[in-house]
Amino acid sequence: MLCRALIQEDPFNVQVETQRIRDVSNKMGGIVTFLGVVRDFNEREDVQSLYLEHYPGMTESQIENIAYAAGKRWNVLGITVIHRIGLLSPSDEIVFVGVGSKHRGDAFLACEYVIDYLKTEAAFWKKEGTINGGRWLSTRETDFEAANRWKQD
Amino acid sequence: MIRVLLFSSLREELNSSSVEVPALGISRISCLVEKLERLYGKSWGRVLKGENTLVAVNQTVVHDNHHIGDGDEVAFFPPVTGG
Repeated sequence: MLCRALIQEDPFNVQVETQRIRDVSNKMGGIVTFLGVVRDFNEREDVQSLYLEHYPGMTESQIENIAYAAGKRWNVLGITVIHRIGLLSPSDEIVFVGVGSKHRGDAFLACEYVIDYLKTEAAFWKKEGTINGGRWLSTRETDFEAANRWKQD
Repeated sequence: MIRVLLFSSLREELNSSSVEVPALGISRISCLVEKLERLYGKSWGRVLKGENTLVAVNQTVVHDNHHIGDGDEVAFFPPVTGG
């Protein structure tokens, strides 16, 4: 399995990244991608910006560990995870997860597994900017529930 | 020396992103927090001992009062919110 884990300020190109996964192997039968986008709303007020920080070194390793765990659990050929950091605006693309496999079932499951664990385990922190100032976000209970589902199987 | 890193809301609350502390007499995370409290004030103890505060030693999250020593990197941060 080929794993690419990138953390960057710059935007990414979904088409280019999907093609990169296709190019991993001629045995590729399907690619499932998840694209996370910055919302312009949250529980309270209109969101004007989103600032993201990470723990350089540790976050990259955590993402690779999550991807390799998915690779052990399902039959996948390539996994790409790209997560943006820095100052983003509503409608900006924030995270890309692409999983290629021989058959679609493995790719669907592995893609969901990777984004679920990324949300609860990888060291990223988000701060929303609103007209009333900034606010660090807290982890949603539904994100923990999503990640915990994978432990029960 | 022990390198201490602070991220996200903890960094803002304590107005510091990293400090270095002599390792002498520090064998566990709890000793490090006591030392930081003595050096920089009670707010450090309150924030670093906070219920939701997570700790990583040498870039691996630990869930106990882990052993630490000279040359280690200890990071404190709130629960993660990526994705």
